[in-house]
Amino acid sequence: MDLTVVWAAIIALGLLIYVVLDGFDLGIGIVFPLFPDERERDLMMNTVAPVWDGNETWLVLGGAALFGAFPLVYATVLSALYLPLVAMLACLILRGVSFEIRGKASRTKHLWNLAFIGGSTGAAFFQGISLGAFVQGIPLANGEFAGDAFGWLTPFSLLTGLGLVATYALLGCCWLIAKTEGDLQRRLHRLLWPLTLVLIGFIAVVSIWTPLQEPNVAARWFSTEWFHRMVPAPFLVAICAYLMRRAARDRHHTRPFLLATAFVVLGYAGLLATLWPYAIPSSVTLWQAAAPEQSLKFTLTGAVVILPIILAYTIFGYWVFRGKVRHGEHHYH
Amino acid sequence: MESSSLSALDLARIQFAFTVSFHIVFPALSIGLSSFIAVLEWRWLKTGKTYYKDLCLFWSKIFAIAFGMGVVSGVVMAYEFGTNWAGFSKFAGPITGALLTYEVMTAFFLEAGFLGIMLFGWTRVGPRAHFAATLTVAVGTLMSAFWILASNSWMQTPQGFAIEGDRAVPVDWFQIVFNPSFPYRLVHMTLAAFLVAALLVAATGAWHLLKGRRDPAIKKTFSLAMWMLLAIAPLQAFVGDQHGLNTLRYQPAKIAAIEGLWDTETGGTALNLFGIPDMQAETTRYALSVPHLGSLLLTHTWDGEIRGLKSFPRDERPNSTVVFWSFRVMVGLGLLMIVLAVTAWILHRRGRLYDSAWFHRFAVLMGPSGFVTLLAGWVTTEVGRQPWVVYGVMRTSQAASPLSAQQVGLSLMAFVVVYFLVFGTGIYYMLKLMRAGPNVTPEDDARPAQPQPRGPRAVTAAA
Repeated sequence: MDLTVVWAAIIALGLLIYVVLDGFDLGIGIVFPLFPDERERDLMMNTVAPVWDGNETWLVLGGAALFGAFPLVYATVLSALYLPLVAMLACLILRGVSFEIRGKASRTKHLWNLAFIGGSTGAAFFQGISLGAFVQGIPLANGEFAGDAFGWLTPFSLLTGLGLVATYALLGCCWLIAKTEGDLQRRLHRLLWPLTLVLIGFIAVVSIWTPLQEPNVAARWFSTEWFHRMVPAPFLVAICAYLMRRAARDRHHTRPFLLATAFVVLGYAGLLATLWPYAIPSSVTLWQAAAPEQSLKFTLTGAVVILPIILAYTIFGYWVFRGKVRHGEHHYH
Repeated sequence: MESSSLSALDLARIQFAFTVSFHIVFPALSIGLSSFIAVLEWRWLKTGKTYYKDLCLFWSKIFAIAFGMGVVSGVVMAYEFGTNWAGFSKFAGPITGALLTYEVMTAFFLEAGFLGIMLFGWTRVGPRAHFAATLTVAVGTLMSAFWILASNSWMQTPQGFAIEGDRAVPVDWFQIVFNPSFPYRLVHMTLAAFLVAALLVAATGAWHLLKGRRDPAIKKTFSLAMWMLLAIAPLQAFVGDQHGLNTLRYQPAKIAAIEGLWDTETGGTALNLFGIPDMQAETTRYALSVPHLGSLLLTHTWDGEIRGLKSFPRDERPNSTVVFWSFRVMVGLGLLMIVLAVTAWILHRRGRLYDSAWFHRFAVLMGPSGFVTLLAGWVTTEVGRQPWVVYGVMRTSQAASPLSAQQVGLSLMAFVVVYFLVFGTGIYYMLKLMRAGPNVTPEDDARPAQPQPRGPRAVTAAA
């Protein structure tokens, strides 16, 4: 068995889980401005209060596993994306701490609302920018980042930044639909279809732009080997969109979230198809970037046992807090 | 460092020191507080006394803030090795990255996974299941200490690896994890975390005693913290001493710098109690020294030899001016903690623990001393490791990312602003909670017969 591929798959899966889980709690911050009522905002934050720490841990796993399994990627890509990543971390701090403080503040509550909105939106935006810049490639010389401090700032990366904001907004909206009821849920349902349309727009533009700017990607996507695997993607997106339209009309509670997750999975699959088999697009393959076998083996031994346990108690945690969240039920202190 | 402007390397080091110092105080408090809360909850389950439950809820609120701030400042750390220390990450990633992966898998997920139940699950699960969640969080914080200290200790006393090409390749994982300084550092840091929490809890109790509260919740807070201090503070002095012997064996330059010792003295080394080490002039100015005390303390013999800094090449000497003083701050405050705990014990024996206002003021003043001592200790061991990032293997100057000083300067400014703003506010709210103190619910036995000796199942949420 190829340890390198196994680790790449674990990291890819971990980041997918991150995007879905932290996506919906960041998304709550993104749609916050549309719900100015402070009582409703309390409720919205309470829906994720017991789980947001765990959700963010998947991002830490991504960082740490990259550090341990693909040190070259961790070192070069992270220093290449220095400024957007620092901005993302600062945003995550602002919003993470707003969870703890917003509920306690009275005079400065509006500032913590802003921190929560700005932090959530900013974190999503800079994650998307980093992703776009990464897909466009990282200039390397002698195994070191050899590009410009602002090399990550391109029209494409700005587009992917906004695209991720839209993705998280949809996830957040769908999560809230599943966790709320009554008038608030009705207004969320009205938001569902417009957000879906925005997301589909971004998916379309990114899907067309990527092969146009990267001849390598175009060659792979349209090769005989890959083409038949890529062809179903647009149809699956269309089916999801149709189902979402119906779920919005029928005011379904949980189906929108499942469909939003399906959008994410489809987009993510497209991303992986674009990157494979590179660890750093078009320059370093997974095998060139991998840590020595002794490291991969050591960490994999643990991961095989521990990750299923983590998944089990994560699911248990969500199950304990299942159902609708109501006013005054569990205050975030 | 004669040049007027700071280099990208200096800025990266300042940034790391700043972010890691801000970070470490929160996990340290979380480690100590989560165990304390677990003890409170266990007492509540055993005795059914409501004040234990009240204290549990009260300290959980403070724990929640500390934990949240630890998580968000910790995410920064998980990425900062790559953003700022690309050279180090590429070289040591196969080892420290793997240890960090284990920390995330065995500790971070465990803590975050059960924290929700611990804080918000009072009405969702039964009391025993809730206690299990609290215990799991406490165990998670300790596991986290295990892995991160294994990683840090490997950087201090590396072994169990080979260098192939431009990277460290693991050979023996047992040797890597259980490297020579690890057991000492693990115990030293864990005890430090307990001291941090105990001092903060004691100060909170003392504050309310000074304000006139004498209810069982406050008295318990104060006495539990003092018993904890009495057990841990002297033990910490012993562990610290053993840690020192270990450092002398594996990092003699660090010890020489800590003691401001320049020449290798024969027939017994004196100890500089005070002085100002001067790195340029290779001497310790205004030294107040006691003959033979250095040998006695550091080698536990009358005339044990200790290598002076001059016996190390100039470019392999840690900054003695800094570590000489950071070490003395740590030891001085540590001794004060012992004085505090022993005084509490004497007052307790005389039945005056709750009526000695001067002592309560002393305890309030000592509240933040755990944090100061913790940081002073870390400054000593980390600055004392310089100029190496991996001791004797890789220099800090080879470890940095190829970034411009402007980039690092900009991010440093951003971190300083965000950290002071955000964590400053967080600390403000923690202090505010502590000042408000625990709520008191009337005792169970003051009400009509309660058939539930283990405490009521349906309790109000952790509001």
